Amino acid sequence: MENYIVEMLNITKEFPGIKANDDVTLRLKEGEIHALLGENGAGKSTLMSVLFGLYQAEKGKIKKNGKEVKINNPNDANSLGIGMVHQHFKLVEVFTVLENIILGVEPNNKGFLKKEEARKKVMDLSEKYGLSIKPDALIENISVGMQQRVEILKMLYRDNEILIFDEPTAVLTPQEIEELLSIMKDMAKEGKSILFITHKLNEIMDVADRCTVLRKGKYIGTKDVKDTSKEELSKMMVGRDINFTVEKEEQKPEDIILSIRNMNIASNVQDKNAVKNLSLDVRAGEIVCLAGIDGNGQTEFVEGLTGLEKIESGTITLCGEDISKASIRQRSIAGMSHIPEDRHKYGLVLDYTLEQNMVLQRYWQPKFQKNGFIKFDEVREYAEDLIEKFDVRSSQGPVSKARSMSGGNQQKAILAREIDKEHELLVAVQPTRGLDVGAIEYIHEQLVERRDAGKAVLLVSLELEEVMNVSDRILVIYEGEIVGELNPKEINVQELGLYMSGAKRDSEKEKDNG
Amino acid sequence: MARKENSSIRDNFSIKKITKSKGFSSFTAALMAIFLGLIFGFIIMLVANPQNAFSGFRYIVLGGLGRFGDVLYFATPILMTGLAVGFAFRMGLFNIGASGQYTMGMFFALYVGFMWDLPGATHWIVAITAGFIGGMLFGLIPGIFKALLNVNEVITSIMFNYIGMYLVDMWIQNNSAMYVSEMTRTRYLPDSVQLPALGITGSNVSLGIILASLIAIVLYIVLEKTTFGYELKATGFNKYAAKYAGMKGKRNIILTMAIAGGMAGLGGAFAILAPAEIAGSSMTYEPINIIAANGFTGIAVALLGNSHPVGIIFSATFISLIQRGGTLTSLVGYKPEIIDIVISVIIYFSAFAMIMNTSIKKFLIKKLGIKIKDEDSESADLVDENSESEEVQ
Repeated sequence: MENYIVEMLNITKEFPGIKANDDVTLRLKEGEIHALLGENGAGKSTLMSVLFGLYQAEKGKIKKNGKEVKINNPNDANSLGIGMVHQHFKLVEVFTVLENIILGVEPNNKGFLKKEEARKKVMDLSEKYGLSIKPDALIENISVGMQQRVEILKMLYRDNEILIFDEPTAVLTPQEIEELLSIMKDMAKEGKSILFITHKLNEIMDVADRCTVLRKGKYIGTKDVKDTSKEELSKMMVGRDINFTVEKEEQKPEDIILSIRNMNIASNVQDKNAVKNLSLDVRAGEIVCLAGIDGNGQTEFVEGLTGLEKIESGTITLCGEDISKASIRQRSIAGMSHIPEDRHKYGLVLDYTLEQNMVLQRYWQPKFQKNGFIKFDEVREYAEDLIEKFDVRSSQGPVSKARSMSGGNQQKAILAREIDKEHELLVAVQPTRGLDVGAIEYIHEQLVERRDAGKAVLLVSLELEEVMNVSDRILVIYEGEIVGELNPKEINVQELGLYMSGAKRDSEKEKDNG
Repeated sequence: MARKENSSIRDNFSIKKITKSKGFSSFTAALMAIFLGLIFGFIIMLVANPQNAFSGFRYIVLGGLGRFGDVLYFATPILMTGLAVGFAFRMGLFNIGASGQYTMGMFFALYVGFMWDLPGATHWIVAITAGFIGGMLFGLIPGIFKALLNVNEVITSIMFNYIGMYLVDMWIQNNSAMYVSEMTRTRYLPDSVQLPALGITGSNVSLGIILASLIAIVLYIVLEKTTFGYELKATGFNKYAAKYAGMKGKRNIILTMAIAGGMAGLGGAFAILAPAEIAGSSMTYEPINIIAANGFTGIAVALLGNSHPVGIIFSATFISLIQRGGTLTSLVGYKPEIIDIVISVIIYFSAFAMIMNTSIKKFLIKKLGIKIKDEDSESADLVDENSESEEVQ
């Protein structure tokens, strides 16, 4: 008899019209890292929400240390020692780190806070697990990585022994991911049991002891990670073989499409410029990847390039036309397509229908309007065409609200819109963020297809694997400067990491630019 | 990932299929708000004066019907201020300055009425156009502040309510051609500038209500059928995406506020230029330093009409109806203020109505076991939507 700390047996959770979990069994051993793998919508989060008391299952039971328990709400879960780091953090932005950690369980003396006591406990925990934090910083001022550490400390502060991580790496940089994974290992060593929701196979291979796979709400199986392979797991997850390497022909770069010279952009958080004297060229028929750790000026660079913010100085030339001061619309007409980093904030009007979103860049063109009146028939026809061509799935076709669509299909819709629009340059910013392997594969294929069609592609990415796989040429950005130009065929991930962390730079390249 | 998953799935599978359209559900929401508001109003009347509560309540609901011409007459200005608030609201702007715009429009119309001598029908046509321009100017200024300097339109337009009111009172009092100081009101307007009456006896109802309804329909067409409406609503839903798509946000803010102001200005013109029942007289304005209540009633009208121009036609008529009915409750000993309380409650409930709509549907689903089947693959796709959409809220 194995020693299971938590068992979820034959859990079935139904929502009207759908079985989110169908007879799913998950057993967590004490002190192990147990990965829960599945595509978007496979029911991973629902299962964890049942364990955390957010939902009640219709069928099945939950056992803790062999005894059946009833978890009606997160407070029950908490008192059983179950803690959860949600994908979207639940932090009070205007409170300090320390205040957030103790929120709800404040040590007090007749209503007066005993902050020093709390601080000591928090700092002890932080030291013990290597979770470096600034206890007095406000949440709104710290990085996403540190916010996540705050969430972890919240669980540790409450002496939770079963820790649920809901896609914890989706928002982190490669370095932060590495750090987090080693922290998770340490915590497991200390006897904590960890449930780790993810769809990134590499992470599972790195840290997990066992892995349970769900597909469309059904239990597929549980594997010992050391006895399995990425290929096997992905087949279990998707139900078919997945191609991990992006297949592409030799590139044939042609004329320069985009040329940036000495671009400077002010930072909105500090006095220093976020982008410093940046120059780069992108040719037709190549994918150039701007690689770097998050927060090294990529966001500002893209805003400056696409016209969302003004640049301080420098020139941007697109197809021979100076667009340094052009409006967003003018840049779009000049041939720029843009897949934005934040698909909800910029890429879509979530309360508009799919067809309305499909013409977001083109509604003003004569094809879609006459004398200011929208030609609805044309819009519908165009949207249906794109939906079919790009296989965008939604519940009601062109009239589905964008908000009701899955992340992968939302991204497909944006991709369809930006690719189908007349363009010479495609700026794709973290186009695969938060997507599952099937969707990632599709997006990568499309980027390569653009390149082969003779378009220039500028990909901004934080994912090392994506950088190495998709690009023809890598430019590394560090603190707002290009510090290296690399050929993905000639370097390895470790070397790329050195450039990205600023430990190494091309000295010649520097001179060229200067 | 939160409890929301529940409701979002229901959104996708049940609500839309039960009620089909968004229009229907906001209509039922408004009806429910009205229903609950009336019940609450009835309870207040019971508390205030139990013997007459029933007859008083009858007056509120049905009293206005007897003088429907009057109902339409009083609906005209609040229909226009309702459009002023609702139209701006579709772009995410809260135009609380309808009162100032209304007063300014009224002044411009008065000025044309007294100071310009124009032949026949051109007189009132020019006067309402002037009213439109007056209101537009007072919408334009907060719009410019918002667009160029990012000053919150709520603050500017509240201040412009006062600026507009005091300016107009000052201008009128200083103009002896317009003002009779011993009566503390404006003189009677010439006949040529008064709007053509609709000929319903015993009321002042004029062409104004027809023009106002037509304008509402025009605004509906602008919002739903034009590229400007597309941009305006996109900006209202998500200004970042609108910017990303290259829409001219600043221009659109100024334009929207100008149009909204123009609507309120027209409301002022329609109100002051309404024909008099007694020959030789007219509507008058009293410069007594009071902010026009019709501007604020417009907020209520817009909310109840869900900022939908056609919905606003109905909500303005309804609010006017119970306002008329409310004045009749004094016959059985109620203060007319009781009706203001009832209206406030209705507005209060209309904010909750959408939520209540959802919960009633939840109830139906639970109790009656309504279930809608859908393809598995699609359903799976829709489940994870909530994990993404949370970010936005």
